[in-house]
Amino acid sequence: MTEPRIYIGSGAGFAGDRLDAAVPVVATLKECDGPRYLIYEVMGERTLAIAQRIKMRHPDRGYSPYLDAYLPKILADCKKHNIRIVANLGNANPLGGAKRVHQIAAELGIENLRVAIVNGDDLLGFMSAADIAALPTIEGVGIDGKEIVAANAYIGARPVAAALKLDVDVVLVGRTTDAALVLGPLIHEFGWGEDDLDLLAAGTLAGHLLECGGQVTGGYFCDPGFKDVPGMDELGFPIGEISAAGDIIITKAAKTGGMVTTATVTEQMLYEVHDPAAYLTPDVTLDITDVTIDDLGNDRVRVCGARGTPPPDTLKVTVSADGGWMAESELIYAGPNALARAELAADIVKTRCRQRGVQDNMRLDITATGAVFDNDQSQRRQGENRPLDGEFRLRAVIRTFDKATAQYVNDEVLSLFCSGPAGGGGYRCNITGQVNTASVLVPREPVESRCNAEEVLP
Amino acid sequence: MSPFTTVPLHAVAHGRAGDKGNRSNISVIPYNADIFPYLVEQVTEARVMDIFRHKGASACTRYLLPKLPAMNLVIDDALEGGVNSALNQDLHGKTLSFLLLGELTVTVPLDFISPQSRYHSETR
Repeated sequence: MTEPRIYIGSGAGFAGDRLDAAVPVVATLKECDGPRYLIYEVMGERTLAIAQRIKMRHPDRGYSPYLDAYLPKILADCKKHNIRIVANLGNANPLGGAKRVHQIAAELGIENLRVAIVNGDDLLGFMSAADIAALPTIEGVGIDGKEIVAANAYIGARPVAAALKLDVDVVLVGRTTDAALVLGPLIHEFGWGEDDLDLLAAGTLAGHLLECGGQVTGGYFCDPGFKDVPGMDELGFPIGEISAAGDIIITKAAKTGGMVTTATVTEQMLYEVHDPAAYLTPDVTLDITDVTIDDLGNDRVRVCGARGTPPPDTLKVTVSADGGWMAESELIYAGPNALARAELAADIVKTRCRQRGVQDNMRLDITATGAVFDNDQSQRRQGENRPLDGEFRLRAVIRTFDKATAQYVNDEVLSLFCSGPAGGGGYRCNITGQVNTASVLVPREPVESRCNAEEVLP
Repeated sequence: MSPFTTVPLHAVAHGRAGDKGNRSNISVIPYNADIFPYLVEQVTEARVMDIFRHKGASACTRYLLPKLPAMNLVIDDALEGGVNSALNQDLHGKTLSFLLLGELTVTVPLDFISPQSRYHSETR
């Protein structure tokens, strides 16, 4: 097969992903014969709220704090070998991020780097908070009456393609769909139109497979003795090779660990999918029910059969509001009868907090008893007989809008040191600000008419 | 005809949990495609609900993808409120694929369990 392909590698699948994972991806991409791209996907549902708060205090910031961690490692090589970077490192401030990229280029002595951004996902730029709160909610908490910190629409791949048309080296976006980071380059290179639904579906599927980085190459997959993966300490990040006909090959960076098999690709394909016949995006509704996955050997897997139907006439918007505080505090009990001591510690904290008027939802876990599988009432822990000896960690947690209450619960756990059961140690605590989110739907036209791509000069 | 054995789903399938809001999706992918009919018969919406009801799960929808083969389980209200309000240390329910794989049992021909598997010796 010699049909031309576009090569798209992943440098990160979430904010906090391996800082150097892109280096072998770039080393592999520069040997590929065809247009090459490197994507970074670093946004979760809460990212924008946190970034907006930073931007309020520091108007130059609010782009991803990982921009400085990721890009300097590969920027010079990407510029030299014409590997174009498409990343949602812009977060709440793509313009600020673009300026920072220029600064990094200057610091590294990279000349003539060109950077573009995509604007238009921020609804607060043209809608009132009241109008946003009135939009139909599809999931999440009620936002009526709360101060809205961020409201960003998931925009599609067309603005990303428009930015690439400006002939830039780097495209920074804020809130687009994750798959748009891959579909945008494919639309730009292959000229896929809005009616090429099966092709847009294939590009969206390629994006879905690549967007989580190592999750398709053995990361988040390995289960020793059942699903063994070689070289997890040097996990190779994925590269997609996509043809104009929408044929997808998933492989990975050369000379790295990890693996690409039918099983790794199947797990990632179904990740965060609900109805496999209708994965909704602004570009196309993706149907994966007829997809087939073939292992070609040597960490190469072919994926075909994606089908597309028209996209919905609304865009999904993540709206973020203040969510108060979460306090967590922990204490370890170990050795003989440790579980009984940890249980008593949990009872003491619960009783004291309730008697002193703490009303908010709280939970007392004992880790190493399957706490994450349990519920707030610890039903499973109390229903089972288990060895009393071992190492058990009490974990008290509360969500509250009153920071003093959050601190109070942590202090109650701390006081167990001298006033609780024998042998508690290793106290740890934190209090973190919380963000509540809701997903709402907005008509496409007012958002998309404001979307634009523009080059940012140094 | 191979004798049958009852094992945790983990002995014969793998999967991954994802979250959107207070809804979890868990894929179930057999190691051996020939075992898929047994999973279709036994990994039912009702049996999945039995495992997640204590967390507040209100409904389970099962989607079959026989060409892979795999199934996708979508469990509503399984995440104790999800990242907005859960007190669980695992806010996203990332670990829940292993709750399902560990607690839902299936009765399958012993031939499907490798003699090297810990599940082979446990259940013979």
